[in-house]
Amino acid sequence: MVEVSPAPLRLVVDDERALRPRPGASVPVVESEVQLRALLRALSGVDAVGAEARAAKLATRSLKRETKRAAIDLALSMVDLTTLEGADTPGRVASLCAKARRPDPEEPDTPTVAAVCVYPDLVSTAKTHLAGSGVRVASVATAFPSGRASRAVKLLDVADAVVAGADEVDMVIDRGAFLAGRLGEVFDEVVAVREACGPAHLKVILEVGELVTYDNVRRASWLAMLAGADFIKTSTGKVAVNATLPTTLVMLEAVRDFAESTGRLVGVKAAGGIRTTKEALRYLVVVNETAGSAWLDPALFRFGASSLVNDLLLQRRKQRSGAYARPDRISVD
Amino acid sequence: MSERLDVRKTYKLLVGGAFPRSESGRSYEVVDANGLFLANVAQASRKDVRDAVVAARSAQRAWWSLTPYNRGQVLYRLAEMAEARAGELSEQVGRAEGTRAGEARASVGRSIDRLVWYAGWCDKVGQVLGGQNPVAGPYFNFSVPVPSGVVGVLADQDSSLEAFVDAVAAPLATGNAVVALASEARPIPAVLLGEMSATSDLVAGALNVLTGRTGEIAPVIASHEDVDGLDLTGADDDFAGELGALAAETVTRVLRGADPQDRGLKRLRAFVETSTVWHTIGQ
Repeated sequence: MVEVSPAPLRLVVDDERALRPRPGASVPVVESEVQLRALLRALSGVDAVGAEARAAKLATRSLKRETKRAAIDLALSMVDLTTLEGADTPGRVASLCAKARRPDPEEPDTPTVAAVCVYPDLVSTAKTHLAGSGVRVASVATAFPSGRASRAVKLLDVADAVVAGADEVDMVIDRGAFLAGRLGEVFDEVVAVREACGPAHLKVILEVGELVTYDNVRRASWLAMLAGADFIKTSTGKVAVNATLPTTLVMLEAVRDFAESTGRLVGVKAAGGIRTTKEALRYLVVVNETAGSAWLDPALFRFGASSLVNDLLLQRRKQRSGAYARPDRISVD
Repeated sequence: MSERLDVRKTYKLLVGGAFPRSESGRSYEVVDANGLFLANVAQASRKDVRDAVVAARSAQRAWWSLTPYNRGQVLYRLAEMAEARAGELSEQVGRAEGTRAGEARASVGRSIDRLVWYAGWCDKVGQVLGGQNPVAGPYFNFSVPVPSGVVGVLADQDSSLEAFVDAVAAPLATGNAVVALASEARPIPAVLLGEMSATSDLVAGALNVLTGRTGEIAPVIASHEDVDGLDLTGADDDFAGELGALAAETVTRVLRGADPQDRGLKRLRAFVETSTVWHTIGQ
């Protein structure tokens, strides 16, 4: 087991693992579907057993004491506090925003979360309640979660969210088109949404559970990054298989390789199914060991979650007081 | 033909209906009353306490949502299971406590009878501890006993089965979930009772049995914020004082100095709250 240094969380010496883009690196300009195909075909296949073994191995590493404390705070600051239910009300979003601003009112030094993630029609509500807090507002768009709508409708959905003040837009790719091999169509759509976003950050949801293979995950990651994604995101949280450690590892390899060959840093968001502190810390270890410590930053790595926050807060209290904390002393959303 | 090897048993924890070794991987040796090796027993760590309390918390809702009659049937079935394995229990009680076979059998018999007694109480505590209150108005006012929630039990250190049965069956009968720490030196009969509970239709996690060092584990249970009640029978006066102070931090209900021979309602009363309900009389 590696003994790690105290906060701030830098698990490796900076220069050794620091990102070194190749000389003259730049993002290739994609001009045709043929060229895009060639670019994606040039990617090597993923060693599925190797990726899973590597993820399982990294998951056994444990963080202790100071490092654990720092990691819990870091994980908290990376959370996109999410509510994406048909039953969402302005009141619910308001209480979620209150939680985002001050996750644990009894511990005032608790970091705020990175963002609140809602449906487009609730962006303005979230924006009002988060004013001046530094917490960003993210909105899902493009006919989330299935993405089954015409391009025009999707772009309107995005425009709606951006006009309402969303700082970040989470789009879904057209999995049907991707799996059918219409890569150009998927690419064009991401580019179009990228333009519609204006200043807002774009997160591209690959929905890894529907892409089936790691090879597809790697190709979809590259496709999204070539089309201008600021973040690539594992899943919507609405299907049976969401973020898993090995898939996230494959995506982190993609952003690392992309950064090396183009010089552009793209973030990763793991969403869906991450509920416990233990899991979250495993993700952080994989982030550090795969992409490098530059990605241990809310600007480059996020968790899409709702119940994770409560567990992080409980573990944070436990680290402070030494006694196991009581779940119903923390707000239940 | 080669000689058959003994299959020796390592006694495991009971957490959430499963029988894990300790999360820490530790175990300790248990000896009988004459100092002879009996068995290796899992030595719980603080993380096992954490897991047990999480399991108990979710099991408590399911356990309390059963009808009182059903809870009684489950405890009665536990008595049936114990009766079927009375021989094994007697042997372990005898070796742990250093008593003669006849005496150990009698002790196991009393333990099983106590289980049946508590099984009978499940659908009667409501009538005995609750009631209808007189009011000056056109409505009813009821007092209903409801369970405290998750109860931590430090089992008696000497009486390996009888006192253990009293300490866990009473809170179970009133709808609580239990995290019990067995006697440090004589844990085996308690572990056996836990094994029997897993075949009694008891909601998984309603009874969790930990074994290990009392000095290490008891403070973790006492200070755990999500434990609502604490039975300190197994701690001596000084230690019980320290544990009580830890428990006071979160206003945990504490039972101290309960007499293992007590046959009254003290234990049944120990971990219930009174909920008062108003209701219109209607036409």
